[in-house]
Amino acid sequence: MTSLPQHRTAKKLGLVIDLDVCVGCHACVISCKEWNTGAYGNALSDQHPYGEDVSGTFLNRVHSFEVVPEGGQVIGEAGDARVVHFPKSCLHCEDAPCVTVCPTGASYKRAEDGIVLVDEDTCIGCGLCAWSCAYGAREMDLAAGVMKKCTLCVDRIYNETLQQEDRVPSCVRTCPANARHYGDLGDPASDVSVMVAERGGFDLMPEQETRPTNKYLPPRPRTSLASAAPMIPLAENTEGARGFFAWLDKTLDRI
Amino acid sequence: MHPAYSIIIFTTLSGLGYGLAVILGLGFLDPSALPTKIAYLTALALIGMGLLSSLLHLGNPQRAWRALSQWRSSWLSREGVMAIATFVPLVLSAALCLFADRYDTVLGLISVLGALVTVYSTSMIYASLKTVDSWHTHLTPLCFLLFSLAGGLLLGSLFASFDAQRGLPLQLLALLFLLFALVAKMVWRKRARTLIATSTPESATGLGSIGKVRLLERPHALDNYLTREMGFRVARKHASKLWLIAFVSGAILPIIALLIAMSIGESVVSIALLAIAILLHLLGVFVERWLFFAEAKHAVMNYY
Ligand code: SF4
Ligand code: SF4
Ligand code: SF4
Repeated sequence: MTSLPQHRTAKKLGLVIDLDVCVGCHACVISCKEWNTGAYGNALSDQHPYGEDVSGTFLNRVHSFEVVPEGGQVIGEAGDARVVHFPKSCLHCEDAPCVTVCPTGASYKRAEDGIVLVDEDTCIGCGLCAWSCAYGAREMDLAAGVMKKCTLCVDRIYNETLQQEDRVPSCVRTCPANARHYGDLGDPASDVSVMVAERGGFDLMPEQETRPTNKYLPPRPRTSLASAAPMIPLAENTEGARGFFAWLDKTLDRI
Repeated sequence: MHPAYSIIIFTTLSGLGYGLAVILGLGFLDPSALPTKIAYLTALALIGMGLLSSLLHLGNPQRAWRALSQWRSSWLSREGVMAIATFVPLVLSAALCLFADRYDTVLGLISVLGALVTVYSTSMIYASLKTVDSWHTHLTPLCFLLFSLAGGLLLGSLFASFDAQRGLPLQLLALLFLLFALVAKMVWRKRARTLIATSTPESATGLGSIGKVRLLERPHALDNYLTREMGFRVARKHASKLWLIAFVSGAILPIIALLIAMSIGESVVSIALLAIAILLHLLGVFVERWLFFAEAKHAVMNYY
């Protein structure tokens, strides 16, 4: 059924991504591709993998942005430009337009945990759901002709054959910086909900009215280079030297 | 958006076919005349070719029938259902005309309704997408409907051109609807050119509170499905020339041809003029549809 589920549980599984912490290493991109090419549905194909025009299907991609505060081009005047690495995958929106536009019912949102999935045996590969997603979270697999998207690793998180610590999405398990968190955003007491409340987590493109489940934590405020400068001790300053260095300081002064 | 020929051909041809179906359904043409029989076959052929072309766009066309199931929520599904449902009264009307020289008002009116709702559904596939600002307006279905009717009236005029009594009202209506279509499309374009984008790189990343957001590095060095599908760009200088072609060829030249044909009256020359007007109109609509996709900016491009 491509209408959104009428009766939902309170459960909203999703990710919280900390933009302050992500270092843009792309490890999550690779682990996602690795897990999902052998798991749920068709493999994530590559086109011309050894040619000049290489491209392929990915469910998670990391962009890097430069954010320039007003007047920030002049170093030290109004804060400095900063680079923010920005991982992006399906946000498992509550009002997911990708679900309602689907003509076949292949694209659906689960009532029990809010995960948005594609039934690849029903998908005709019309591409309309990708058009309806403002976040670029869906990619048509050119080899299989069906739509691929993040499954929130539905085949890991409930997988009882895995160790408990592995029952999280592959990207979360992999992230070396701990920038990715997984949990129930429908439960206000969950770790992820608390994190979102404390850090001021936000939605991407709220004006698209999709009500994403995934949240992003903003980069923490930074002191500008200029205001940090006085804190750095000058090299000429020998006050406070002790022991051998104090002796050396004095001796050199005398010469 | 990437202007896929399969979709452009589909919307252009089926739009024209449904337009002609409306004219036939309203009983404008004499059911005993040979050109009317050809007109029925033409309408069915145009619609059929359009629908087949739309199948070429699918990754798995062998499962296309599944697209009929979600009419409750999806405009694409509604379009498929309506297209197939409209075939029933249309084929029956065609059979009546071909084999019994008859026109049936009830069947005719049902096919008119079906044709209009199908064209409307097609246009709503695009107009309902919030992610593409230039499409997300009631002007989109208005333009699709007016273009379809103008094309149908032009074709109808050709098939009626040997019969002065039936030909003239159709030619006058064609003139009127070409003008309506032209004006509606100009308003649509003005809106598209002046609108303020719903989403920005700042809202897309949520980093607007820190400052202006600029892409430093794409996720991958080369293109991907999203940039190919959503990131199509046309040079502005080409776009304005193409708009000129669309307007002149799609509406202005057909209007001039119609006026000359009307002043000449029933003759081989006026039939030839009408045929030329239709070809020009088709070319114009094709270019207009190409621009409809090629110029459309998708919200996801705020990340690229
Ligand atoms: S992010 Fe895109 S694909 Fe995922 S639920 Fe939202 S609209 Fe659908
Ligand atoms: S590509 Fe597949 S999942 Fe997406 S709208 Fe079409 S049929 Fe539905
Ligand atoms: S693995 Fe973690 S740090 Fe690396 S790009 Fe992904 S989210 Fe960022």
